[in-house]
Amino acid sequence: MTTTTTMPATKASLLLIAAAFALAIATVPAYAQGGTYVPKKNDGKVYAELTKAPKKAITRRNPMEKDPDAKAAGANLYDQHCAECHGELAEGTRKGPSLRVDQVQQATPGTLFWLLTNGVVRRGMPVWSKLPEPERWQIVSYLKSLAPETTGSKPPQ
Amino acid sequence: MKSALSNQQPSVRAPRTRHRIADGPRAILTALFLFLFASAFVTPARAQESPYIVTYNHYLEEPGSLEVEYFSTFGTQRGGNDFHSFWAEFEYGATAWWTTELYFDGQTTFNDSTIFTGFRWENRFRLLQREHFINPVLYVEYEQTSVADKILKEVEGHDVEADYAVPNAIARHEHNHEIETKLLLSKTFQGWNIAENTIATKNVTGGNPWEFGYAIGASRPLALKASAHRCNFCRENFIAGIEMYGALGDRYSFGLHETSHYLAPVVAWNLPSDWTLRLSPGFGLNDNSHRFLLRWGVSREFPNFGSAIARLFGGRKQ
Repeated sequence: MTTTTTMPATKASLLLIAAAFALAIATVPAYAQGGTYVPKKNDGKVYAELTKAPKKAITRRNPMEKDPDAKAAGANLYDQHCAECHGELAEGTRKGPSLRVDQVQQATPGTLFWLLTNGVVRRGMPVWSKLPEPERWQIVSYLKSLAPETTGSKPPQ
Repeated sequence: MKSALSNQQPSVRAPRTRHRIADGPRAILTALFLFLFASAFVTPARAQESPYIVTYNHYLEEPGSLEVEYFSTFGTQRGGNDFHSFWAEFEYGATAWWTTELYFDGQTTFNDSTIFTGFRWENRFRLLQREHFINPVLYVEYEQTSVADKILKEVEGHDVEADYAVPNAIARHEHNHEIETKLLLSKTFQGWNIAENTIATKNVTGGNPWEFGYAIGASRPLALKASAHRCNFCRENFIAGIEMYGALGDRYSFGLHETSHYLAPVVAWNLPSDWTLRLSPGFGLNDNSHRFLLRWGVSREFPNFGSAIARLFGGRKQ
């Protein structure tokens, strides 16, 4: 059995749903793209996720380690998928923390790969397992090639 | 879900109506406005979209990103006129675990008319924080569509080809108010994504029983490593796969009796110039199914859409 609706009801429903959709957009924190990175209180909790990687993941070696193209490919992938939140130079933005800090740079490739795969969903970082494993390792190669935070320059590709 | 009305085979063809988009112009203009608005305020990034058109995997929209999509379906119709149905989709990543979408549907039935057929509001919730062997996502949708809706975004209950032969002039006056739920299960391994969707739908205003359906899909990029340089035709930009979807009857007659099923190869081309194109020829697997469905779609993702909106209304600045 179905119900015939009148036009005002349709419009009211549409309006209600549009309002709910707008509300969903409005409730998202107003992160800005780029800009000078100012460490946030939340960053520590995000970096702490690195310590949660299981032993098996930590010890994994990067199969792309000796691939001469891995960093360049990883840089492209970073630009496409990561720069939006972490900044073009991985220096961090309001939306995502810096990836040049010691916590990240001293993490093993396996740890970074694990975090990339699983994300930090509660803190706003999505899972990236939709990228094939080799592409995730290419991103790890690029991240490990980044200069320490103080230099602020992009590494050679 | 189709109604009792749709079980009546039209004995006399309805008078030919002028092409019109009944209450569609406002929705289409709104959609266009949002699209142009998004284009003006945010910078695009290359998408990595799945090729599925019906099946969902467990990947949600990135937080703050808006994906604008347009899809078309050309369908053959025995005992009636072939049709071209279409929908616009606005998919927004509210958080890393919640994606919300708005759909606006329409269709053109050849030798009949063009009509706006309704809208849908869809939400997907990721249930687990990390990747697991199987990753569940809960899907909840409210839809208000007329019986003339032909987008075939899902098949459920006892939907069969004959339901779609009702002339628009009759079908457009009858509306469904449905709550559709799905359990999406998905896994990616060695580049392969395998996804399964279980569908349960209820017409909230009628006395219809719960209706069921399914969709399954498998897909893989043509290459797993990215190239060192950006390119249009690199193999990693193409994702190919196959999906199968169909109905499973209702609460009182669960099973394959009087149900329709489809098998459809799918391919997606993720262009570095920010667009994703999808193509999927679908084939009916039994006499209750449309013999052929040709689907295609185009989408573009706008990251930081949420930030742009917030800035527009005086939100936090850099």
